Amino acid sequence: MKISLDQFDKAFENRIRLQIMSVLVANESYDFNSLKELLDLTDGNLASHLKALEKEEYMQVQKSFIGRKPNTRYSVTEKGRAAFKRHLQALENLIKQQKIS
Amino acid sequence: MKEKDIHAEISSIRDLMERSAKFISLSGLSGIMAGIYALIGAGMGYQILQQIKGEPYRDNSLAIVELFILAFAVLFLSIGTCIWLSVRKAKKNGQPFWGTSSKRLLINMAIPLVSGGLFTFILIFHGHYGIVASSTLIFYGLALIAASHYTYSDVKGLGIMEILLGLLAAWVPGYGLIFWSVGFGLLHIIYGTVMHFKYDS
Repeated sequence: MKISLDQFDKAFENRIRLQIMSVLVANESYDFNSLKELLDLTDGNLASHLKALEKEEYMQVQKSFIGRKPNTRYSVTEKGRAAFKRHLQALENLIKQQKIS
Repeated sequence: MKEKDIHAEISSIRDLMERSAKFISLSGLSGIMAGIYALIGAGMGYQILQQIKGEPYRDNSLAIVELFILAFAVLFLSIGTCIWLSVRKAKKNGQPFWGTSSKRLLINMAIPLVSGGLFTFILIFHGHYGIVASSTLIFYGLALIAASHYTYSDVKGLGIMEILLGLLAAWVPGYGLIFWSVGFGLLHIIYGTVMHFKYDS
């Protein structure tokens, strides 16, 4: 059985990146600390995955201050939303293909 | 990738989307407790009303003040219990209590609730006692429906029932305390029990 993998997004090969995108797609925006708690990651780990997604232009960053504390919020871009949908579709297709064969 | 892996991947995505957008540390027990407080409050309210025996409220400002204090005591006890049990459940599940989702839940619930509270206060101030129970039920129902987008969707059903009950209470005046006991007492206990067995295990 041959499965076409060209629909799969390289950026989502990493599970954590896919998880981050799931959260961002479901919410208008999400801040760094809540994301960290939700996914149970370290600062450095989360930051590196966020960098990667930002580089793909799948999400954008808004930096602001609440009082004196920096508050960094992330939100998904149109490009990111489309890529996420494509990836889910590819997962679904894969299931369908396996059912047929 | 095996089919089982893909299914696991998809369900973990769905779970995260749900968990990030909704506050799921709400405890069914707090609904049951709120219902019990409301029933006790209604019982005490009934006694206050018995003392003035059908005399118009406006001649009994003391009774109104007593009912007011009673209503606020029930409200604060219910909210306090709800917060306490939610903190406990959040801690048990290792989720933050004060996070994006709980903030959103609170703000969206507070808007109809505070407007309803002020509106009811104005009704009392102008002596329209007949529709006070109805207005608290309707605004509480609206607050629950607003909140349901940010927590378990079951809350929406409770909200609709409260609104229907509120409309009925406005249609048949004079039975405010009974409708109030059903809406805040009985419905809370029933819904709390259902939610407890569905989500608290």
